[in-house]
Amino acid sequence: MFEAVAFYLFAFLTIAMFYIVVTTKQALYALTALAAGMIFISAFFFILGADFLGAIQIIVYTGAVMALYAFGMMFFDTTRDVKEKQGNKFIIVGLSTLAAILVVVIFAAPMVSENVVALYPIVEGVGNTQEVGVVLFTKYLIPFELAAVMLLVAMIAGIVLAGKKMDLSLTLMNSEEIEEAKKQKNKKVLS
Amino acid sequence: MDSAYLIETIIKVVVILLVFSALAGIGTYFERKVLAFMQRRLGPMNVGPYGVLQFGADAIKLFTKEDIIPTGVVAPIFKIAPVITAATAFMAAAAIPFLPSFEIFGYEVHPIVSDINVGIIYILGVMAVGLYGPLLGGMASANKYSLISAARAAAVFISYEVVTGLAILAPIMMVGSLSLIDFNEYQAGGIGNWIVWSQPVAFILFWIAAFAETGRTPFHLIANDHEIIDGFGTEYSGMRWGLFFIGEYANMFFISFVIPLLFLGGYGDGSFLGALGLLAKMSFFFFFFLWTRAAWPDVRPDQLMWLCWKVLMPIAVINVVITGFVMMF
Repeated sequence: MFEAVAFYLFAFLTIAMFYIVVTTKQALYALTALAAGMIFISAFFFILGADFLGAIQIIVYTGAVMALYAFGMMFFDTTRDVKEKQGNKFIIVGLSTLAAILVVVIFAAPMVSENVVALYPIVEGVGNTQEVGVVLFTKYLIPFELAAVMLLVAMIAGIVLAGKKMDLSLTLMNSEEIEEAKKQKNKKVLS
Repeated sequence: MDSAYLIETIIKVVVILLVFSALAGIGTYFERKVLAFMQRRLGPMNVGPYGVLQFGADAIKLFTKEDIIPTGVVAPIFKIAPVITAATAFMAAAAIPFLPSFEIFGYEVHPIVSDINVGIIYILGVMAVGLYGPLLGGMASANKYSLISAARAAAVFISYEVVTGLAILAPIMMVGSLSLIDFNEYQAGGIGNWIVWSQPVAFILFWIAAFAETGRTPFHLIANDHEIIDGFGTEYSGMRWGLFFIGEYANMFFISFVIPLLFLGGYGDGSFLGALGLLAKMSFFFFFFLWTRAAWPDVRPDQLMWLCWKVLMPIAVINVVITGFVMMF
């Protein structure tokens, strides 16, 4: 009974939050609703008994959405509405409906034909965390390592993009050195 | 799920909520007194003997003050931000065992709301959500100082969380569980079994990160009173500002419980003396928060990020690797 109540409550809350994300014109509402929706999703993991994934969901998405807030702070005045460019509404609605149906079909088709079976049944007497570890380092080792490599690539790309003149620190330079650096920068722009 | 369990849980939740809300109030009194004695002042003296009723006076003021929502703010976000800070602080407390289990009228009570088997990451994750309060309050305030404070909240958040996670990883590898009760059992043998002796580096790192997590003085840059007025709290008044306050102090108390439970033996074997020991350790860590506030200057945001990313994180990674090698061979 409790599980059913919790499921419908959080299902409603999650859908409501994501609805706000895509419909609002206020960047702060959108970001906050996104964070709330992500955190509400963790409730489904807790209901299913996957405590570890639920806690990880909270930790990962609070951090990820926090980074989005930082971008929001840079690009928008978050206390004002964003003026959106309104395209053809019918195309937007049609395409997003089509995409949603496609996603549902992609995931539902194997289930309907009953090809999906649990290959790794739950090991008795072992905690949730250990189970995730066992599956991650046996069956899903290749995707796991692939994800690690992709993250490394993204990290190195980020360092290369943001790392120009990283050895210079404005707080450690005195004002003459800052002027010097400014002049050099201007020269480069002019030449 | 029988009704006895339900009633027991509700009673526990209410007790924790009341006790720690009151403690948060009394905590402000202790903070003022300790700071005053360290700075050779008297502190609050007028309300009651030695000013002990000061927190009552503060509470009356906070409850009765007008709740102002300034024009130009994003009202819904502005209103909900303090609630996030206070609520997540208490949600995190659900997985903390405050005392060993004891019997009352022949009924065994476990003073933990829910012993989920991922206790420690749940606590750290939910406490981290608490930083959304300052962030949202600052961004919704339509005030430049508040916005600076919100930016700093984001900076603090992305710096300290990596350190906490990596520092806690080495003890978790040793214990092999994420539940705080299991951590306590692992160290139940006495002082010699405390994890702090085998993981001193992780202990120090976690302690430093705890200061960033609660936003206390060396890393008090979110609400830096002398630089950006009160940061995210500038536009708040009355009980909404009070909720930020309760959240901050409740967080300090909870993290002061978590550090001894993780590293310093917790409540030991579960005897009465062990319970007193846990309270004594908790008091020491809470006192240490006040002590550093009196003794240390604040760091700049860039210094905090430098410290977390370039000093603490490599140390934590090396610590994890060494622990792994020691456990393997």
